[in-house]
Amino acid sequence: MRQYDIVIIGAGPAGLAAAVAAFDDGARRILILERDREPGGILNQCIHNGFGLHTFKEELTGPEYADRFIKQVRERGIECRLNTMVMDIGVDSGRDANATREPSARPMKYVTAMSRADGMYQVAARTVILAMGCRERPRGALNIPGYRPAGIYSAGTAQRLVNMQGYLPGRRVVILGSGDIGLIMARRMTLEGAKVLVVAELMPYSGGLKRNIVQCLDDYGISLKLSHTVVDISGKERVESVTLAQVDENRRPIAGTEETYECDTLLLSVGLLPENELSAGLGVELSPVTSGPIVNESLETNVGGVFACGNVLHVHDLVDFVSEEAALAGKNAAAYVKRMEAAEGDAKEAEIEIEIKPLSGVRYTVPSHVRLARMQPEQVVRFRVGDVYKNCFIRAYLNGRQIASKKRPVMAPGEMEQLKLKKEQLLECVEPGTSSYCLEIRVEEK
Amino acid sequence: MSKRQLICIGCPLGCQMEAEQNEDGEIVSIKGNTCPRGDAYARKELTCPTRIVTSTVRVEGGMRHMVSVKTKEDVPKGKIFDCMGEIRKLAVAAPIAVGDVILPDIAGTGVALVATGNVDAR
Amino acid sequence: MYDVVIIGAGVSGSAIARELSRYRGKFCVLEKEEDVCCGTSKANSGIVHAGYDARPGSLMAKLNVEGNRRMKALSEELDFPFRQTGSYVVCMDKESRPKLEELFERGQKNGVEDLQILSYEEAVREEGNLSKDMDSVLYAPTAGIVCPFGLNIALAENAHTNGVEFRFDTEVLEIARQERGFVIKTSNGDYETRYVVNAAGVYADVFHNMVSADKIHITPRKGEYLLLDKSAAGQVSHTIFSLPGKYGKGILITPTAHGNLLAGPTATDIPDKEGTNTTAEGLASIFEKAGISVQSLSLRNVITSFAGLRAHEDGHEFIIKELEDAPGFIDCAGIESPGLTSAPAIGVMVAGMLQEKLNLVDNPGFEPRRKGILNPALLTMEERNRLIKGQPAYGNIICRCEMISEGEILDAIHRPLGAKSLDGVKRRTRAGMGRCQSGFCSPRVMEILHRELGIPMEELTKSGANSRMITGGRKEAAR
Repeated sequence: MRQYDIVIIGAGPAGLAAAVAAFDDGARRILILERDREPGGILNQCIHNGFGLHTFKEELTGPEYADRFIKQVRERGIECRLNTMVMDIGVDSGRDANATREPSARPMKYVTAMSRADGMYQVAARTVILAMGCRERPRGALNIPGYRPAGIYSAGTAQRLVNMQGYLPGRRVVILGSGDIGLIMARRMTLEGAKVLVVAELMPYSGGLKRNIVQCLDDYGISLKLSHTVVDISGKERVESVTLAQVDENRRPIAGTEETYECDTLLLSVGLLPENELSAGLGVELSPVTSGPIVNESLETNVGGVFACGNVLHVHDLVDFVSEEAALAGKNAAAYVKRMEAAEGDAKEAEIEIEIKPLSGVRYTVPSHVRLARMQPEQVVRFRVGDVYKNCFIRAYLNGRQIASKKRPVMAPGEMEQLKLKKEQLLECVEPGTSSYCLEIRVEEK
Repeated sequence: MSKRQLICIGCPLGCQMEAEQNEDGEIVSIKGNTCPRGDAYARKELTCPTRIVTSTVRVEGGMRHMVSVKTKEDVPKGKIFDCMGEIRKLAVAAPIAVGDVILPDIAGTGVALVATGNVDAR
Repeated sequence: MYDVVIIGAGVSGSAIARELSRYRGKFCVLEKEEDVCCGTSKANSGIVHAGYDARPGSLMAKLNVEGNRRMKALSEELDFPFRQTGSYVVCMDKESRPKLEELFERGQKNGVEDLQILSYEEAVREEGNLSKDMDSVLYAPTAGIVCPFGLNIALAENAHTNGVEFRFDTEVLEIARQERGFVIKTSNGDYETRYVVNAAGVYADVFHNMVSADKIHITPRKGEYLLLDKSAAGQVSHTIFSLPGKYGKGILITPTAHGNLLAGPTATDIPDKEGTNTTAEGLASIFEKAGISVQSLSLRNVITSFAGLRAHEDGHEFIIKELEDAPGFIDCAGIESPGLTSAPAIGVMVAGMLQEKLNLVDNPGFEPRRKGILNPALLTMEERNRLIKGQPAYGNIICRCEMISEGEILDAIHRPLGAKSLDGVKRRTRAGMGRCQSGFCSPRVMEILHRELGIPMEELTKSGANSRMITGGRKEAAR
């Protein structure tokens, strides 16, 4: 069985950036496993522009952004196996990844993979970086009544058909959900000659970026109906019409507000779910809010040596932040390997632990806890809010002391927020003798 | 005087801006932007709005059937569908690499259409 | 001239065809859809009922118990998923106890084996999440779960391999009696036959009434269901029924043969024989009623909802007989629950009738065994590697939710009565049936169907007819 220091599951933006960062921090035996026939992940079908403003200070399309990282991975000679599906990841707690040390402190991971060329096989890994991305929520998750004809697509599936395969999945289109993929596909289908009749959004606000509403809907005169949902789908073979209705504050359809649109296609852009079946099989603890792993400051899960980054951890709206987050996971995996090689203990370092508690408007945070000894001088905490807030503050408190404050003119659930914590400030708040703390992050009006 | 609400598309922040124009259409003031790009965007949007157009072009003899493309720079908003009309008729031969010029001047805009993806030859 | 034409390639028609293929003769199945298992047979609970529900002495009772007894051997012979998991009928209050006892007695009379009435304490040992508020349960160890597609497809494939013809996209328009037998006018030509078997599900009354003065009436009774992700399946390990009410058996919660969790069905009589749409009220009522017998049942992780139509005949009894005023025409009508369970017995019964009438002799080439599509998940790593070495397509995962490989999909397409559409592939392999509901694999399955069958992408369908998947091709220049 081949042994690796770091096995990365997925060669999308997260996996690629993690690999590059791990390599640059000294890790060498790195393997990336990718199920698709080319690296790049979902970026390959995101042919629109708007990527890379933070990372490269220029506006790139998805494939161009991916190409930059693919080149970096190739330049470093990092092994990347394509067309390879990871079937399972297991931990052998009886066998130590560092054979000289006491068993189970840093257990070896076993990754079972399969491809046409190599059949089914296992590799051993000292660390694993989970970078599998996310999938789209299907119609069933929303319990939309009606028939089940052809012509109902999730927006990402339609995007693949149009952008990768060159087919138009419909000519008269209704879109449910104003997430970014839905907005992008409204424009894309319009450019390719389809008529997008309307975009309906269940919530009273859009789930997508503002710039996408301007560029994808306003530019093409496509109306966005907030607080609306699909209440019926007609057509036994192909979609014939879709009925929308307004919803009340409890998101229940209001009788009498129904409007029927004759169309042949319904695109759904109703949310993304981190794809964590492999993680769950490995025993990784998942957050009920994000459906992603619960991680510490190093983006390490409860299973030692297993890290997570990108959309498998929590759904992002900007790939730049995915790259940034993934680089951190890559660095930390490299550091883990180094510590193992130095036969360094873990126990003492983890003395002071700070739990980050999301409160009043903050839905979750990544990371959810911080080991002070392992914290970088500056720690980025990413999160989403549960509602639309205007002219509010994001503040962090530790031991009753405010340690960070940031004014935000507008916050919405569709846009990820971040707050930076300074290690020195945290150190000032801790007292001798106490090893566990709770740091509160909240939205405040004043 | 007339006021217009604009959302900056320069970056994902999406600053909400308000522009004031006088009777002659001259821009008197722009508020709400958080960086100079917002100001520039608003001025351009009010006088000569432009966009990058992204789409795909059919590939012959490649590992993939389509390659993604973009206009190398912004084109006038009013020219978007003219660009699409030309893009629709195009076909290119593999191999193609990021940055390859597919069409030097699309729809008379003077802007080149370039590949944004790689397609190896079959 | 055919000896027998069967109308309908659902589970009844396919079971009859399979049993008939034991004999020599010219047999044909006509199906208006593009594939087998497209009507009532595809959208039901997938339960193999023990047989305590039907009225003692009824044909329904007899065929239910007999079908149940035959299912296990049949599943081995024809290689389809079936598990004898047992069922619980939950009685919620003491006052209803007599109704539970009545079921028990009915079961005894019908010949159901090993029935027991259990107290809460006894039942909860085997089924930990039963509601604490319940009084008692009727436990039927002989009940089970079957993959309804698996059963129907296996029967049809085996029938076809043994010489029965199948005609798809062939809708019966008219049946006329002639001197010897019948002429059946279809959307796809005329078929002359000595015998007709009417196994047309919700349409059985239409065909019956074409040849008989003694009219029957079948009401489509809609049943809506919620299908949950496999992660929800651990909540129950038996099929859990509530004591029957006026309409059917109330909401049941059951694991499925493939490890999902199913909740449903509702029961609403509708006029439209094609009315397989789900409704807001129907889905809401499942959410409302599902948690009664199972405590803190979580219905999060619903991956899809669907509706099926039971062919309810006014007399609530299977009508399986040759018509007195139309000799040569055999009804197989009113096959509602427990129709799926009864199918193996219905097949034997109708084939037996035909054998007698037509003096059929044994088919010496009859092959009773059929091998289903390989499930690589059941192989060891070594076996799997051998498989992939010989057929690399088995190393290429297409449906990542259900982990279905290209090898399985190719098998589904190229085997007897192979898949021609996305739903055809789905019902045979489960590709697209998982938690993302085909979002990931449908473009890939489309490419495979296009490549293997030479169907242009623009002509590929979800389920035949006009259910085309895409409306435009690779840019204008491609034309």
